[in-house]
Amino acid sequence: MSLLEVTDLRVSFPTADGVVQAVRGVSFSVEPGRTLGIVGESGSGKTVLTQSLLGLTPGGQISGTALFDGVNLVGLDPRSLQKIRGKDIAVIFQDPLTSLHPLYKVGWQISEMIRAHDKSISKAAATERAIELLGHVGIPRPAERVNDYPHQFSGGMRQRAMIAMAISLNPKLIIADEPTTALDATVQAQILDLLLRLQQESGTALLMITHDLGVVADIADDVMVMYAGRAAEKATKRDIFYAEHHPYTKGLLESIPSSSAAGTRLRPITGQPPSLIHIPAGCAFHPRCAYVMDRCLTDEPDLHPVGDAGGHQSACWLPVSALGPGAAAEDLRVQAVELGRTSRAAQVAEAIAAAPESEGSVIR
Amino acid sequence: MNQRPGSAGPRAAAKFPGGGPEPLVFDAPAEPEPGGDVLIRADGITKHFPVYGSGLIRRKVALVQAVDGVSLSIRRGQTLGLVGETGCGKSTLARCIAGLIPVTAGKVYFEGHDITNLPRRTMQPYRREIQMIFQDPYGSLNPRRRVGSIIGDPFAVHNTATGNERKKAVQDLMARVGLNPEHYNRFPAEFSGGQRQRIGVARALALRPKLIICDEPVSALDVSIQAQVLNLLADLQADFGLSYLFIAHDLEVVRHVSESVTVMYLGRIAEQGPSDQVYGHSRHPYTAALLSAAPAADPDAAAQRQRIILTGDVPSPINPPAGCRFHPRCPKAQNHCTTNEPPLETKAGDPPSHRTACHYPVQQGETLARSGRREPR
Repeated sequence: MSLLEVTDLRVSFPTADGVVQAVRGVSFSVEPGRTLGIVGESGSGKTVLTQSLLGLTPGGQISGTALFDGVNLVGLDPRSLQKIRGKDIAVIFQDPLTSLHPLYKVGWQISEMIRAHDKSISKAAATERAIELLGHVGIPRPAERVNDYPHQFSGGMRQRAMIAMAISLNPKLIIADEPTTALDATVQAQILDLLLRLQQESGTALLMITHDLGVVADIADDVMVMYAGRAAEKATKRDIFYAEHHPYTKGLLESIPSSSAAGTRLRPITGQPPSLIHIPAGCAFHPRCAYVMDRCLTDEPDLHPVGDAGGHQSACWLPVSALGPGAAAEDLRVQAVELGRTSRAAQVAEAIAAAPESEGSVIR
Repeated sequence: MNQRPGSAGPRAAAKFPGGGPEPLVFDAPAEPEPGGDVLIRADGITKHFPVYGSGLIRRKVALVQAVDGVSLSIRRGQTLGLVGETGCGKSTLARCIAGLIPVTAGKVYFEGHDITNLPRRTMQPYRREIQMIFQDPYGSLNPRRRVGSIIGDPFAVHNTATGNERKKAVQDLMARVGLNPEHYNRFPAEFSGGQRQRIGVARALALRPKLIICDEPVSALDVSIQAQVLNLLADLQADFGLSYLFIAHDLEVVRHVSESVTVMYLGRIAEQGPSDQVYGHSRHPYTAALLSAAPAADPDAAAQRQRIILTGDVPSPINPPAGCRFHPRCPKAQNHCTTNEPPLETKAGDPPSHRTACHYPVQQGETLARSGRREPR
């Protein structure tokens, strides 16, 4: 059984400018001991998605179900949610400086977390546990550093302290929201290494939210690519990187400067992500898609199985066997576009090709 | 190193006719630059910031040694990548080269002219040759001014192009960087992050500079938008023969754009050379660690790679470690490294342009990853 089973989750925020549809019907599951990477650009809804599960999106209208260990988190009363939050589901945020209270000692903040969920633990015992945890996550001289304030810690050490806090109650699921984005490369490597080690030791499931495909390639087992509040593609890590189906996933992979193509032109995705108030009709990606077809303008594709192996799903109208960057797959896509594109879609394609950054990537 | 007369710059400036949008023509350099067509050369740049105490008499209590004896040169039409972690002094170095802050020691030569710590007026003609693009496309544009006026600023400051002529020039620039010229009267808030970075590029391009210093120009952008801006920078370089000093912490981005790379650590150069050399045959353990730490968007490569996990964090530049500044984190450090500063020199088997500051450089095929101990300290 899955540890977390999210079905058709929708989150929207009414604002003066209109309704922000941050999450529009996303389903996924997280298995014990596995890592699910959620990838997307800013404004794709990846952070709102996970925060809504924990009741951290005030003002948001949430529908759908999210079964965690058999309990539906959506609509759960705040008291019950509070018992789960921090204890069974821990969160590590992007910015370790703003997520630690600047006026309290680091050790106090960890022991407070422990005692908030179990009052029977004495303060001394909680402090002991905090020292042990700080040592476990690689803070040197933890018995002394436990009395430091957050500003006395470096960025990497603060993130270690956040991780110590997250693992303090042996959670079943850790949600890590861009945990290494604010860190330098060598420190990022340390933190990813630490997360992997802790996961191997305790069998905790990890939900890793990131915009960095490199982090996903490193740490995830399964990947969900999000675009405009929906899942564009969902597959194992290998399928996402080597047999991608959705043109958005393909575009992301081609946008990354990689050593193999040093000095050559990059192929960016044309245009920019849509506003979540005015989401394009049909497939939300169609105004940027190199393979735009007629039905993309009106019909929104749902996730459906693609490829031969099970578990690979994509929300795109292109042929299900057109996978990966190979020439055969590209031929399939071009054929589909030739059949499926008439006047209206052709206009959209012309508009994309006319953009200064298009690089001739649009199929004409 | 040849010392050039310090008056070369001001003399050239005096001959500058003033006005007119055509690019500046300087006197030929007094002597030919070593190494061919060098546009800008920094020689032993040192920048120390004093730290003052909090008492009534604010005494100088310490020195932040942000940059310490760094030399580099950029050839015409080429890109030098500057890599390093937070606090290694790469932005400070860039500001010194651009003449935005005075240097503590060292010299900056632009086309052979000494432009180090020039007074404001004599620096003016050089300012239009050296422009900057900043990291934060939100913070670097005044939110209360229209983009047309922001991009037109350089024309106003240098008193070239006024009125309709200026508007036309600004709109040409907007079109050149992929913005709609009809958006001349919009405010920065009406543009997306990628478009704002294009506004910054247009502003830097306005006076047809020869060198653009790009300080983390794509770090704040999403990958798909990042690729758009990198392609734009490449196009402009080809069209205008621009040189770039390209600062970034993303090693793949730097490799993509740069002919040569300088790796900095705590205010000093760790390794310097052509990109393929520095990336393909890293000699400094820090470069090797940095490269192995950068996550590649390729699961198979990630699984095979020997990751060198460095211990601890970058030390403070107020009290940098003695000897080699990298020695407390270095997997190859010996006693010798704790006391003796390694010179930046070409190691055996490397081309002369590839220099490394290390007593025990990484050998071909050597592996630095320690499998038994994955965690720091």
